[in-house]
Amino acid sequence: MSVLNKSSGGKALLEALKKEGASIIFGIPGGAILPIYDELYDFEIRHVLCQHEQSAAHMADGFARASGKPGVCFATSGPGATNLVTGIANAYMDSSPIIAVTGQVPKPMIGKDAFQEVDIIGITTPITKYNFQPRSASEIPETVKKAFFIATTGRKGPVLIDIPKDVQTEECELNFPDKIIVRGYNPYKKPCEKQINAAVELLASAEKPMILAGGGAAYPEASSYLLKISELLLAPVATSLMGKGAFPEDHPLSLGLLGMHGTLTANKLISEADVLLSVGTRFSDRTTGKVNEFCKEAKIIHIDIDEAEISKNKRVDLAIVADASEALKVIYEGLLNRLNKKGETPWFKRIKEFKEVWEGWIFEEESNKELKPIPILKILRKTLPVDAILVTEVGQNQMWSALYFKVFTPRTFITSGGLGTMGFGLPASIGAKAAKPDVPVVDVAGDGSFMMTENAISVSVAEKFPVIVVIINNRVLGMVAQWQRLFYERRYSAVKLDRVDFVKLAEAYGANGVKVQDLNEFSKALQNSLKLDVTSVIDVPISPEENVLPMVPPGSSLEKIMGVEKWDWVMKKG
Amino acid sequence: MGLGNEKGLILISAIVEHKPGVLHRISNMFRRRDFNIESISVGVTEFKDLARMTITVKGDANTANQVVKQMAKLIDVVQVNVLDWANSVQRELALIKLKAETHEKRSEIMDYTSVFRGRIIDVSRDSLIVEVTGDSDKIDAFINLTISFGIIEVARTGITALSRGVISPIENEGKA
Repeated sequence: MSVLNKSSGGKALLEALKKEGASIIFGIPGGAILPIYDELYDFEIRHVLCQHEQSAAHMADGFARASGKPGVCFATSGPGATNLVTGIANAYMDSSPIIAVTGQVPKPMIGKDAFQEVDIIGITTPITKYNFQPRSASEIPETVKKAFFIATTGRKGPVLIDIPKDVQTEECELNFPDKIIVRGYNPYKKPCEKQINAAVELLASAEKPMILAGGGAAYPEASSYLLKISELLLAPVATSLMGKGAFPEDHPLSLGLLGMHGTLTANKLISEADVLLSVGTRFSDRTTGKVNEFCKEAKIIHIDIDEAEISKNKRVDLAIVADASEALKVIYEGLLNRLNKKGETPWFKRIKEFKEVWEGWIFEEESNKELKPIPILKILRKTLPVDAILVTEVGQNQMWSALYFKVFTPRTFITSGGLGTMGFGLPASIGAKAAKPDVPVVDVAGDGSFMMTENAISVSVAEKFPVIVVIINNRVLGMVAQWQRLFYERRYSAVKLDRVDFVKLAEAYGANGVKVQDLNEFSKALQNSLKLDVTSVIDVPISPEENVLPMVPPGSSLEKIMGVEKWDWVMKKG
Repeated sequence: MGLGNEKGLILISAIVEHKPGVLHRISNMFRRRDFNIESISVGVTEFKDLARMTITVKGDANTANQVVKQMAKLIDVVQVNVLDWANSVQRELALIKLKAETHEKRSEIMDYTSVFRGRIIDVSRDSLIVEVTGDSDKIDAFINLTISFGIIEVARTGITALSRGVISPIENEGKA
C-alpha cells in the first residue's frame, strides 16, 4: 500500500486511473465534474474532447475492443450522464469493459432535484456490471481499483463511478490499496473435469461436429484453441455477429456468419450437425432464429464464463462454466489423447461442396462497375491489410460487412451486436484508432446510422485520429426499408433520407470528402484515403432497393432462408 | 434443484451485502428479467454487514435456475440458494386488525386466536389486533376464519426461511 500526501478526490481519481493503466480519456466537462477537469489540466494523461457523451462512451468502447484494455470516459452530471447511457448499454450488451466516470451534484443536494441532478446510479443499474458512488475522497482509490477489477474479469462489462462534486474537492490522505476484496464476486471459474471429459467424449464420437463461436470466443487465446480443435475434428466453425474474428474466415472450415443474415452454408449445415460446440454465445434470437428449432438434431455443449447464460435462451445438453480459452485448452488436450487427426470425412466433403457453391456465387467476378454492396466489401478486403480494423454502423451496412467482409483475427471487426446502436461506428472507430494508431481503421457506415453521431468527425479531425468512413449510401434507413419491402408490402413509412451532401459535410469538419460513381473510383478513393493522414469520408451511393440477402425472416427457423432460391438443389441434397 | 411447493412457489434464500441500494439492485433485476416476486423479506443476520433475503417467486425449475444464477451474478449477492420446502422451515408474521364491537365477538376472536397460537396485541373499543405467526397457509386459514368479523387492515411480512441442519457456509470475520 502506497500512501500519498494530502490530495483532492479529483486528483485521487486521476492517480488511481493512471495506476490502472488508463492512458486516454474520452469526455466532455461540465459543472459537476469541473474539479476533476481542473486537476486534469496539469496531469499527464491524454483527454479527448468529444462533441456528445454518447460518442465518448462509444469511443471508450471501441478503444477497449481494439486494445483489450478498458476504455475510460468522463461526463458531467444530469444530461452528461444520461447521454452516456446508450453507450454504456451498448458496452453492457457486448461485454465490453469500459469505466464511465460521472460528476454528481454535491452530497447535500443529492435527492433534492438540484440543477443537473439525475439518479445515474438508479438509471444505470440494469446496464452496468456494477456502479459506485463514493461518499468520501478516501474511498476513491479503492473504488477505482474495484471498478477495473470488475470491468475486466469474468464476463467483461461497463462499470460506472458517480462522484459528488464535494467528494471531488474534499481533501484527504490517500491510500492506494494493493489488494481489494469484492466478496460477492468470484470471476475465476475453473472448468469442471467431469464435464470436460464428457465434452471430449461427445466431440470425439461425433460424425458431424460443428462449432458456434460467439463473442466470448473472439479473444486471441480462445481463438487459437478453437482453430486447433476445429482442425483436429474437421469441425466447421460458424460465428455469431460478436464471434466474428474468432476464426479465420479464409479457412476451409470457416462457414462465416450464422443467423438471420447468416451465410447459406452456416444456416443450412447447422441443422445437420450431430454435436454442436458453442463457445461464449448467449444464443441471441438473431443468431438462432426460432430457438426451439435451432440445431434440433444435435447434442449441444455450451462453454460460457457467465453461468446465467447456461440454458437461459436455449436448453443445452452439457454446460461448462469457465473462461473459453481455459476450457478450450483442456478440451483440445483431451481430444489429442483420445483421437488422431481425421482423414477427409463425408461431413467435411459436404462442407467443401457447399462452400464452393456459396462462395462461387458470392464472390464471383463482377462484370460491371456498378456500385453494389458485395463488390464494395470485396474491394475493401482486397485493399486493406490483414490487421486493419473494420468497424460498422448498424443496419444493412453492418450485415453486408458481417456477411461479405472476411475477418481473420480477433479485435479486427468491431460492431454493435447486442444493442444494435445506430451511431456506434464512427465514434467506435475513433476509439479503435486511438488504441491502434498504426493500422488503418475503416467505419463501414450507412447514411442513417452515420448521421446519428456524424459530429464525431470533428473529434477525429481535431484530435488526429484519421479514420476512413465509407458511407454505403442508399438514402434510406436501409434495414427498415428492407423489412417494409419484404414484410410490410412496400409501405415505406418514414424511411427516406437524402438530406445531406456528405462531401461538403466532411469538408466543413476539415476532413477529406469524396463521392464516387463506380467501383473503380471507389477503389481509387479508398487507396488514396489510406495514404492521407486526415479523416476521410467516402460517399458511395447505391440503389435504395438493395437487400441484405440471404435473410431468415424474424421468428423463423434457420432453414427458411430467403434469397437463395437458385440454390435449392444444394439445399435439398445432404 | 428444488422445485416449487404445491402453489408453484419457489423459495429462495440469499445472503447479501447490508448497505444502501442493494434491495434496489436485486428487485430491479427481477423486474428487468421478468420474474415476478410474490413475497420478499429482508433483515439483518448474525453478521453485521450482511443481510438475509427470503424471496418467493412463481415459476418452474427453469425459472428457479435462472433466478438463482441471475442473483448470483449480482456483485452484492454473497450467496444464494433455492430452499427445498421440506428441508427448510418457513414462517410468516401477520398483524390482523378485526372489527369487534361486542363482548361476544371479542371473546370469539380470542378463542380462535388461542387455537392458532396467536396473540392479541391491541384492543380498542371496537377492534382488536391479532398477531399470528406460522407458515403462510396457517395465516391464510386464520384470515379466512375471521373474515366474517370484518377485517379492517392486514399487514404480512412475507415468508422468511432457513434451511434445516448445520449448513451455513458463510465465513465472516465481522460476526456480531
